Amino acid sequence: MTTTWDLRGESGEPQPVPPHTTITTTFPTIEPLAAVAVPSAVHGESPSTGPAEPGTVVDLSDPAPSATHISSAPQTTVTRRIQVGAQEPTAFNAGAGDVEPDRPRSRVKELPRDIGTKTVDDRMSFWGSLTSSFALVWVLYYQILPFTGRIGFVVLWWVGFLAIYAGVTAMSNPAVVVKDRLAGAVVSSGALIVFGTLATAIVFTFGRGIEALLNPGFFTHDMSGVRPTSPLDQGGILHAIVGSIIEVGIAIIITLPLGIGAAVYMNEVGGRFSRVVRTIIEAMTALPSVVAGLFIYTVVIVVLGFPRTGIAAALAISVMMLPIIARSADVVIRTMPGGLREASLALGSSKWQTVKQVVLPTVRPGLATALILGIARGVGETSPVLLTSGASTYLTYSPFSDPNVTQQPMNSLPLFVFSAVRSGEPLFIARGFGAAAVLMVLVLILFVITRWLARERIGRR
Amino acid sequence: MTALLDPESDVSPSPGLDDDRPRSIDPALPRVDKVFHASALGIGITVLVIMGAIGVFLGWQSIPTFKRYGWGFFTENQWQPEKDVIGISAVLLGTFTIALVAISIAFPLALSSAIYISEYAPPRLKNLLVSLVDLMAAVPSIIWGLWGFFLIQPKAIHLAHWFHTHMGWVPFFHVDTDPEASSWAQSRYAASAFIAGIAVAMMVVPMAAAIMRQVFSQAPIGEREAALGLGATRWGMIRAVVLPFGRGGIIGGSMLALGRALGETIAVVLIISPAFDIKFRPLEVGTESVSALIAGRFGEATSNQLSALLTAGFVLFIITLIINTLAAMIVSRSRSGAQTD
Amino acid sequence: MTAIEDVTSYRYAVPVVPSPASQGGTLEARNVSAWFGSNKVLERVSLTMPANTVTALIGPSGCGKSTFLRILNRMHELVASAQLNGEVLLDDMDIYASGHRITETRKRIGMVFQKPNPFPAMSISDNVTAGLKLTGTKVARSDKDALIERSLTRAGLWKEVKDRLKEPGGALSGGQQQRLCIARSLAVEPEVLLMDEPCSALDPTSTRRVEETIHEIKDQVTIVIVTHNMQQAARVSQQCAFFLAEMGTPGQIVEAGATEQIFGDPVDPRTEDYVNGRFG
Repeated sequence: MTTTWDLRGESGEPQPVPPHTTITTTFPTIEPLAAVAVPSAVHGESPSTGPAEPGTVVDLSDPAPSATHISSAPQTTVTRRIQVGAQEPTAFNAGAGDVEPDRPRSRVKELPRDIGTKTVDDRMSFWGSLTSSFALVWVLYYQILPFTGRIGFVVLWWVGFLAIYAGVTAMSNPAVVVKDRLAGAVVSSGALIVFGTLATAIVFTFGRGIEALLNPGFFTHDMSGVRPTSPLDQGGILHAIVGSIIEVGIAIIITLPLGIGAAVYMNEVGGRFSRVVRTIIEAMTALPSVVAGLFIYTVVIVVLGFPRTGIAAALAISVMMLPIIARSADVVIRTMPGGLREASLALGSSKWQTVKQVVLPTVRPGLATALILGIARGVGETSPVLLTSGASTYLTYSPFSDPNVTQQPMNSLPLFVFSAVRSGEPLFIARGFGAAAVLMVLVLILFVITRWLARERIGRR
Repeated sequence: MTALLDPESDVSPSPGLDDDRPRSIDPALPRVDKVFHASALGIGITVLVIMGAIGVFLGWQSIPTFKRYGWGFFTENQWQPEKDVIGISAVLLGTFTIALVAISIAFPLALSSAIYISEYAPPRLKNLLVSLVDLMAAVPSIIWGLWGFFLIQPKAIHLAHWFHTHMGWVPFFHVDTDPEASSWAQSRYAASAFIAGIAVAMMVVPMAAAIMRQVFSQAPIGEREAALGLGATRWGMIRAVVLPFGRGGIIGGSMLALGRALGETIAVVLIISPAFDIKFRPLEVGTESVSALIAGRFGEATSNQLSALLTAGFVLFIITLIINTLAAMIVSRSRSGAQTD
Repeated sequence: MTAIEDVTSYRYAVPVVPSPASQGGTLEARNVSAWFGSNKVLERVSLTMPANTVTALIGPSGCGKSTFLRILNRMHELVASAQLNGEVLLDDMDIYASGHRITETRKRIGMVFQKPNPFPAMSISDNVTAGLKLTGTKVARSDKDALIERSLTRAGLWKEVKDRLKEPGGALSGGQQQRLCIARSLAVEPEVLLMDEPCSALDPTSTRRVEETIHEIKDQVTIVIVTHNMQQAARVSQQCAFFLAEMGTPGQIVEAGATEQIFGDPVDPRTEDYVNGRFG
């Protein structure tokens, strides 16, 4: 059986070559050194003997004096450019083939072939089952069976789809293919449900809140003097927004240095005691947020007698946030490559210098991500502030109590939402949804910032 | 030519260098490092003290509760402060019921989303979906409470009614009302553990799904290619390679989700109406969870009841702690956990 | 063959364990080019790998041998950015034609990888039958033990593991693991077996065993082996193809032919330089 090859394509000058490609499959690094007598003597060391090669420029810089030692070193490519005239390929069992003069490389750009992994059978089975189940269930559901309700229809449609899909596949495919297709359908449905639910939650919140959001005063007024039943163009949630910012801000001031400091302690100083600290921090991440609120409520408000103010709420948020931030910071610092630390120490820097100039800047994006996720958690949690602060209606900038006012609770976004939706007044509920939408947007912004920071880290490499 | 050793010099070795023992070395840290060590240690101690104090305080508050109510605290189901009859047995049962419903819904959803993202999603979509899962985890719990109460409850009532009608002979699905009545009592199906469980489920799905997905993505490529090279279908490869590898992540992620579900407060508060009966009927109106109890009763609590609430919170904390610790152990012992942190 | 016919032709394509004296198939690559993204890594490679022979693909690192091998059993397309052109014919049917199920192709063209990859969660005997289980091939329980013994014997592993078939597959040494992988591939009774540097991670004794296995099974299976080790290529193969990728250009076959000719009397000077160890 002879085979003719086509090493070169149509005529054309040699083209500028694309940069050298790297194949992704790995190759072994070391070959055992072996002295081997190559079967049948290889005649001549000089490569210029042999079939005529017009225009050959051969420069082999590594002349092996004897051909019997074949040592190999890993190389990724031939490092010389050899312009050789075309060689007509040999048939398998023929001797040296003919040699043709220059046949330059192809100039026609070759395009890849479109190979789909999905066959016609795959596609037809899927869509056919989907539509036929729909039609079947439609007929059964509405015309024949006495069920009602959209949910039931969708569920039956899905079940029918799976049954028909499995049946159709089984008719012309082995059992493994049936299982594969069914599994694919089920898994995709699950993912669809999850993301669909997320979409409904977002759409629902904004949908119900839009009428409140459309009033510009919503963001610039508070609710002082506004009754819950007042129309939506009166009042707003400024006090809640300000309250959230102040309370979380105080919490950040408390937890950030403590959390990062604890993480630095555990990783840079280390020791047996640091393991105890780490264990305790891990344990405290299990603390439910409502218990954190109850703790502050008991200690600060009941025992110490302070009123329910913004500072109490900030403390409750801090108690909740501190283990989370400390643990995330710990993970981020721990997964930093240790070689950087060693390089810095080897240059003679002190540990403090290493931490300040090498460790912290390196982990800064990861730390920022951890911090922002902690903030998102702190902003969104209702239970700590529920127990330690009050749903006031007027704007206050002070987290502390004012001797001129008996109580000065500070409202915050989740608290506002909570009290609004429980009131039972439709207008107030609408305001609550508006505040919930604002909360959603706030969390979304924080989230996008973390993604942006994470991308920046990847880009830097 | 210089001699390496001057024969005149005294080259007797210092005492102690002959011994085959390590010598002590003094790193002689610069002063700035000593300060650094001290301040870092200080911060570590501060954090430890703060957190330890919380735990200790919670535990300490259990003492007056036990002194007053004894072990009956765990067996009594009524919560009537005015009669000074307090017990958390119904509350604990309710907490577990809600969490059970939540995990039953969340586990299959999280597993299938994780498998989908890791194995089935088109490459361009994958990063987006991973981000969406993280976003879902960041959604504040009150949003899910609103969603559950306003959007889901009306529909879920019908679903609960359907379950009751067709499977009511199982005590789990029973509701004490007549399902066959032409205008059946909708309110008997509202504000139940079932509906609260749905809302809580959506809160914990992203947490479990993220852990499972991360674990699946670390399944070794060599084994995957071996399965595919033998002619396995995609699902065959997943069952043979990915799922066995990811077992630790599946279990660990689910347990962490369970821990979170036990402690969820605000969605439960918004949805349920408190009831203190010992019953295991999630479809029926009325239940209570520890966190909802605390959130609902803290304002009017006397000091005894406050201690009782703190004790209940402490019990919840311990349960969550045990579950989280077990989960961490399972994940770290498994094949997948050896690489994750 | 239309797509519909292709589909229905698989209706009874689930084979019972075929007789051990099955014949190998002829594999032919025609003008195969390959890309990763926009990087072209193979340029119109054509090669015929005759039935029941051992074809060795030799050449320096990075010239596309493994990529070419992975195209032969449709593993190349697992990489997201991978594309290809050309045809690969198994017994005169293009495996890339639409309608051909990938899993069937991979059943008929098996692969042994560079790094041994037995399934660690399965026992040795389960590893051997893993291919059958994964492809849904039914084996009568009475035949199963005979099949396991036969596959392990063909792979040269039976004597060493026959007393511990229930132990996990990951508990073996490197060489034993690779022979287990070979047994696993053979149990499916493929027509062609592709081997991607199967001995590169093994010690010389295991290497020799694997080469003995190749020699024994080549009468039933066509073998295509990628190897870095020229002496191995000279030892095991009847045909050789020398791949080369000069700087910046996609990989191509410089010369292919009978092993004796490639090593003894190569036509192309680059071949001669490579087999004499002047580069590589």
